[in-house]
Amino acid sequence: MRLTKDLAEWFDQRLQLGKPLKETMQHPVPRSTASWAYVFGSASLTVMALQFVTGICLAFVYVPSAGEAWTSLQVLNQQQSFGWFVRALHGWGSNFMVALVLVHMVQVFSFGAYKYPRELTWIVGVFLLLMTLGMAFTGQVLRFDQDAYWGLGIGASVIGRTPLVGAPLVHAMLGGPIIAGETLSRFFSIHVFIIPAMLIAFVGVHLLMVLKLGINEWPMPGRIVKRSTYLKEYHELTHKDGVPFVPDAFRKDLVFSGVVILALVACSALFGPFGPKGPPDPTVVQTVPRPDFFFLWLYAALALLPPQMETLLLLVGPVLAIGFLIALPLISGTGEKHWRRRPFAVLSLLVIIVSLAAFTQLATYAPWSPVMDAWSSTPVPPKLLEGRSAVERTGAVVFQAKQCRNCHALGGEGGQRGPALDSVATRLTADELVRQVLQGRGNMPAYGKNLSPAETTALVAFLKTLHPSNQAPARDASLVGVVAAPQAPPKAPSP
Amino acid sequence: MPETIRKPEGIPEPSTAPQKVPRRQMLITLGIALNAVAGVLFAIPLAGYILGPSKREEIRKELSWITLGSLARFPEGETRLATYRNPFVRPWDGDTANIPCWVRRVSANQLQVFAINCTHLGCPVRWFPQSGLFMCPCHGGVYYADGARASGPPPRGLFQYDYKIEGGELWIKAGEVPTLATPPSQACAGPLRRCACA
Repeated sequence: MRLTKDLAEWFDQRLQLGKPLKETMQHPVPRSTASWAYVFGSASLTVMALQFVTGICLAFVYVPSAGEAWTSLQVLNQQQSFGWFVRALHGWGSNFMVALVLVHMVQVFSFGAYKYPRELTWIVGVFLLLMTLGMAFTGQVLRFDQDAYWGLGIGASVIGRTPLVGAPLVHAMLGGPIIAGETLSRFFSIHVFIIPAMLIAFVGVHLLMVLKLGINEWPMPGRIVKRSTYLKEYHELTHKDGVPFVPDAFRKDLVFSGVVILALVACSALFGPFGPKGPPDPTVVQTVPRPDFFFLWLYAALALLPPQMETLLLLVGPVLAIGFLIALPLISGTGEKHWRRRPFAVLSLLVIIVSLAAFTQLATYAPWSPVMDAWSSTPVPPKLLEGRSAVERTGAVVFQAKQCRNCHALGGEGGQRGPALDSVATRLTADELVRQVLQGRGNMPAYGKNLSPAETTALVAFLKTLHPSNQAPARDASLVGVVAAPQAPPKAPSP
Repeated sequence: MPETIRKPEGIPEPSTAPQKVPRRQMLITLGIALNAVAGVLFAIPLAGYILGPSKREEIRKELSWITLGSLARFPEGETRLATYRNPFVRPWDGDTANIPCWVRRVSANQLQVFAINCTHLGCPVRWFPQSGLFMCPCHGGVYYADGARASGPPPRGLFQYDYKIEGGELWIKAGEVPTLATPPSQACAGPLRRCACA
């Protein structure tokens, strides 16, 4: 013990860091901030540090070469001791980090912590969010599989919509005319050197400001932030009713970080690493590219945006969104902090959260995409074929063979691009079905050139059988009036 | 340290030596100027290095005629997948330099060569001969056999490569990823829709 103390003193005499460190750790913070609501920033920092560690470990084995990256991922997964686990930690760590940063941001916004004098802390935080998302996207590219390849294609297509400088931007992003070796090298450099360096610098500034300006106190309704009085009020809060950051506030940070790391280890051990999916060979066109979880909302938005406004929204939307986030503390830097007195802020936050969640949920089953193999892999439900005539059954074959199933579901299976057809006969008459199939309308292509008259007849005969047994098929009122009148009245709906 | 040595020797304070001020000021100015020049000389090559790949003329030079093989591989009335090795290639590109495209042979000498990339956001479209449609797996774009947009979000028909038939082989002019900003040719399939065909 004596030796340890001597050694510590020897170092401290030279470094002279002991006193400032102690002062920093024990700086007084408002008693109200020693709360479980204040643990998400420190947990993000913890996960970021772990990402640095696992990332450096991965770089020991990973080869950033378009021809070999995928193989090196296989080696990591299959041969390298614990390679799969380090990959899992890094992949899950990425998800954890994005999630924690978002929760941290929601908490900071709800508590009005971005207001005077912490405007710049928030703005730096916005850049940290962008860098975190940038790391997540570039990391997905380094997992150089089919999804990464086509994800880059989507990136290039979005950038290619920029007016005037679209082409040079595409080539600058790809590091050449196509997605290939230099593209991966470029993204490797961004993911491993450029953004991490910026992250370290920005996190440093972010933390420095938290120390200099103090942690935002728990807001109270009616306690208004004014530039003239806030600093004095905060000083009183911390010095009259404050607690030392270590250990009073730090306890919960410590516990929560431990929980987060345990959860990260558990997810990695139980669910394993992400991919890689098929090799990045563009000639394998049998692929259904999907982005990682935190970009699913964007994938949904790209499918659902009104096409006429798409380019405008793609190019201007992010600028507006980021611009608004940066301007937020400058626009509303004073006033009420408590959420009960900020109904518009709370409503906006809820709308954003619900929208992002809804888009993400939609993107998990992507109803706008044809199911590319439904026509050959999903059989027509047998009960739709029972007791049908030969022509009607032939129609069912045509229905499958012409890929109708890729966009239209039967019995809950098949694509959802177009409407499910289980009861189409109640909506459209035979003539309307013929017209819709041959000419198409709305989002449906015209099949006129690809169906023989016999196929059309059979297909429509099959479609006419698609109605619930207790519901009559649609009839053309004009024909019913002329043709049906002399006959016995058709089976009337039961009174 | 230097101050503690100088002061006992009675050397005048720097600010009290009038003829030295311009020289010291001049050194600062010179230092700034030298570093500025050095910085520019340092930065220009770096910018050129990073932005090099975006020089359009350079890439246009790399665009070249590539053979897709014997014309006999593409029967009349059918649409088939063809692949070629990109002319602009690095030794470590691996499979990524193998680029697919769809070849539709309309008649003996009339063809259409479509880029694999959907004009919406570049996903690989798949040909379904039974229904005569190209379908995109990403956002639901669909095209007719002649490449015209059929439905979904694509702003135009499929991109087409310029082609020629020489020595019984099919050649296309290719070499860069097709996007709205970098269409491989001026050819435009189908009627103009929402935005002009490039």
